Amino acid sequence: MVAAATLAARPADPGTAALWDLAATVVDPEIPVLTIEDLGVLRSVRMNDAGAITVTITPTYSGCPAMDAIRDDVISALAAAGHRDVGIELVLAPAWTTDWMTDAGKAKLDEYGIAPPTGKAAAGRVSVGLSVKCPQCSSLNTRELTRFGSTSCKALYVCQDCREPFDYFKVH
Amino acid sequence: MSESNASATRITPGNALRPEDIASSSAKPTAEVAEYALRLGDDSLILAQRLGWWISRAPELEEDVALGNIALDLMGHARSFLTYAGHAWGKTEDDLAYLRREPEFRSAHLFEQPNGDFARTIARQLVVSHYQFELYSRLVESTDATLAAIAAKAVKEVDYHRDHASQWVRRLAQGTEESHNRMISGLTLTWPYVEELFTDDPLIDSLGDAAVLPSTLRKPFDALITALFAEAELQVPAVPGAIGGGRHGCHSEHLGYILAEMQVLAREHPGATW
Repeated sequence: MVAAATLAARPADPGTAALWDLAATVVDPEIPVLTIEDLGVLRSVRMNDAGAITVTITPTYSGCPAMDAIRDDVISALAAAGHRDVGIELVLAPAWTTDWMTDAGKAKLDEYGIAPPTGKAAAGRVSVGLSVKCPQCSSLNTRELTRFGSTSCKALYVCQDCREPFDYFKVH
Repeated sequence: MSESNASATRITPGNALRPEDIASSSAKPTAEVAEYALRLGDDSLILAQRLGWWISRAPELEEDVALGNIALDLMGHARSFLTYAGHAWGKTEDDLAYLRREPEFRSAHLFEQPNGDFARTIARQLVVSHYQFELYSRLVESTDATLAAIAAKAVKEVDYHRDHASQWVRRLAQGTEESHNRMISGLTLTWPYVEELFTDDPLIDSLGDAAVLPSTLRKPFDALITALFAEAELQVPAVPGAIGGGRHGCHSEHLGYILAEMQVLAREHPGATW
């Protein structure tokens, strides 16, 4: 359904790649260990002949309030490096999925105490729920407390071994 | 983005998409597509407003959070649809949400039904989430690229709402005698409003492959509900359908009260931002 060309990639051109790296310093306001590059929210960075920069981002969930903060932070990050002519473009298609989260991002989440998504969203017809590992003690003996958590993208789990409740970043 | 068409709610939670994003990045919808987007947006907007009432009143804290999250998703969908619709008439999402009168709303009657007790809200969620899931799974093929993109985003979220409602229906139906009775009562109060969701009209016909014909969703909807009810040992309520008319602006007595609460601030303080 989604052509590979539409997936995000750091630009090959060194000039634009530097801009990408600046935008990629922006972190998610709710999960400050993850950059928008880790999340797969940063889709592309372009500069036209007149020097105007367009950064394309995609919302995680339709109602996610973090998108406004991310937009402003991207503009600030580029402005701090002297780039004033920056536009943010929000694209809906292809729809964001946790499959775009980088491995580095998943590792950082785990270290932060949020269990990263297990498995892929783009699987077959039947969605298979894999065990969620406790970020505190690594036990797989965990249980879902509630499917809706502190933010749209998370569910609340509890570890049956160490008894610690924890956030789980849902496969989406 | 000019300040004149900036959203009043742009720095409050619940706005993944700004009107300006869709307005500036999309083609202007035809009058018919705009009217269709208005229907879809109004359905989600009115239900989001209804569900928000549950926050701090649900049976448990987790349900406050769950219903609040679902309302937030629906608000996100409403914002996208209304923004897109408004682009045809030079109006913002706020103009459409806060400054239209009751007969100008295009939501179906189901969405404005009172919350009732928790079981009645779950019965409404069951119908809405299954209907919207079937609708959006097909709308992703719309010949209108913006409608297709909004649907692609929404379908994943609505799938989760569907799961939430189904789990509660099972639990309430097979929990205690009290919860069982309340589930049946909730379904009975909800079912008269199902028919309107699946009724075709000339607008949809005129849209061709840009829209999804509501009647085509009835069969898959019934199949899912029948399977769930068999598992939960429930019957589809044998009640006659209510008179609809929401798509043409004829609403029940409930919508006026919802709008009064939702619109009072924007009407009392035009142009207020916070």
